[in-house]
Amino acid sequence: MRLPLAASPAERRLLPEGRLSGPMPWVIAIMMFLMVLSAAGGLGLAQAARALGGALSNRLTVQIVEADPARRERQADAALAALPRLPGVRAAARVDAREMKRLLEPWLGADVLGGDLPVPVMIDVDLDSASSRDVAAGIAVALRPLAPAAQVDDHGRSLAPLARLIGALKWLAALLVLLMGAATAAAVALAARAALNTHRATIDVMHLLGATDLQIARLFQRRIALDALAGGLVGLGGALLVLLLLGSRVAAVGSELVGSMTLPPVAWVVLLLFPLAGMALAMAAARWTVLAALRRIL
Amino acid sequence: MGGIVQFENVGLRYGTGAETLSDVSFSLAQGAFYFLTGPSGAGKTSLLKLLYLAQRPSRGLIRLFGEDVVTLPRARMPGFRRRIGVVFQDFRLVPYLSAFDNIALPLRVAGVEERDLETPVNEMLAWVGLSNRATARPATLSGGEQQRVAIARAVIGRPEILVADEPTGNVDPEMAKRLFHLFDALNRLGTTIVVATHDVHLLSRVSHAEMMRLDQGRLADPTGVLRYPPPAQAGPAGQAGRA
Repeated sequence: MRLPLAASPAERRLLPEGRLSGPMPWVIAIMMFLMVLSAAGGLGLAQAARALGGALSNRLTVQIVEADPARRERQADAALAALPRLPGVRAAARVDAREMKRLLEPWLGADVLGGDLPVPVMIDVDLDSASSRDVAAGIAVALRPLAPAAQVDDHGRSLAPLARLIGALKWLAALLVLLMGAATAAAVALAARAALNTHRATIDVMHLLGATDLQIARLFQRRIALDALAGGLVGLGGALLVLLLLGSRVAAVGSELVGSMTLPPVAWVVLLLFPLAGMALAMAAARWTVLAALRRIL
Repeated sequence: MGGIVQFENVGLRYGTGAETLSDVSFSLAQGAFYFLTGPSGAGKTSLLKLLYLAQRPSRGLIRLFGEDVVTLPRARMPGFRRRIGVVFQDFRLVPYLSAFDNIALPLRVAGVEERDLETPVNEMLAWVGLSNRATARPATLSGGEQQRVAIARAVIGRPEILVADEPTGNVDPEMAKRLFHLFDALNRLGTTIVVATHDVHLLSRVSHAEMMRLDQGRLADPTGVLRYPPPAQAGPAGQAGRA
């Protein structure tokens, strides 16, 4: 069995091969550039969604919002004692003063925190199951007699719109990759048809000498595959450059959410495989187009 | 009825126009030599196209090598075409290929290994007097040289049928004589040869050749000899090769 790109020097001469001379490799380079960026965006968003889900799912925060420090502490202690016994609660821990200071300092300043400003007590609660909405309501009811100043903050619910937005953007990125893949296949089909028309006389002669459709299709397939690979590598190179530049900008933002949009190693492998996938797509499109066109002649 | 080629009531129409060929019936004996003559526009090239499977007829029956090729599936066409050598009137050389590669093309299409190509192709180049032009591309060859390359390409695969459309139109008399010697030699090896021409001088070059005359798309066969050829009418090799 012959490899798809294997061809004798004579076969290679049968159709003139001008690498990167026609517009097709450049069209594929542009498509690949956009596809890799879209895919990277989608994969980054998927990673961010995972990070967001991991941080927020099965977790909630109980705040004791009480101006009087003694009552606040009493209610906090009561809540901390009751919470681990409530159904669905795996653990409860008070956010310590140093952590609270770190969280609030950017907003209130270091001087204010040291003064008389009443700062709520915050208790991180880890839940057993994902049904945090029901559990959160149960916790609020259970804590009401023990700590009337307790407020249950279900992170999953409050950040659900953001999670949905990230999910939608992820699917949008996937859709863009598919659409650009389809556009690439269409561009390849047009290029194959143009090449068929250009070399019509040669193809007719080969047919009459007894060449099979597959023999002829292989010539076009090989040429278009090499063009697609060259274009794909150029597009991938450009996209990787952009991703590296964007990565440094993202790191400079310092946002936890934006920073979570990193690409895991497997995502980089997927992106590096795009030119090969593009080449396979181009070969399939070229083969299908050429065989369909050849079937129309005797 | 025997014969390597059989046409029965064959008609050919391009589009919705009048029939280019009408009720053409004949049988070609294996190993025989035929001249196809007739005025311009008589349908000679159309008949040859049917012979070398570039066209299917609008009606009628064509049998090649004992099989009906009118209903032959496309996938089986290449196998039949490899058994037929064709010299096109307009040569149809591949412009990007050298004379060597053009002549080697049928062998490569048939899957002959590169190492087995060189000797037969060089012999063929020598035979048509183009050894020193092996690397030349068609655009740099004269009309006569192109025609010789086209003839070499048609015969290199030792076809069972050789179809030639005006093969000597662009060559000098000496080369025409040599080409007909080649055709005659091939014929003696058992190849059935059909040469379309309106050059009456050629007709006398092959003494045992049969003449087919087309006029306005109809084959003149007043005695029925083309339809039912007696064994004695084929060429020397053909007599032995016929069933």
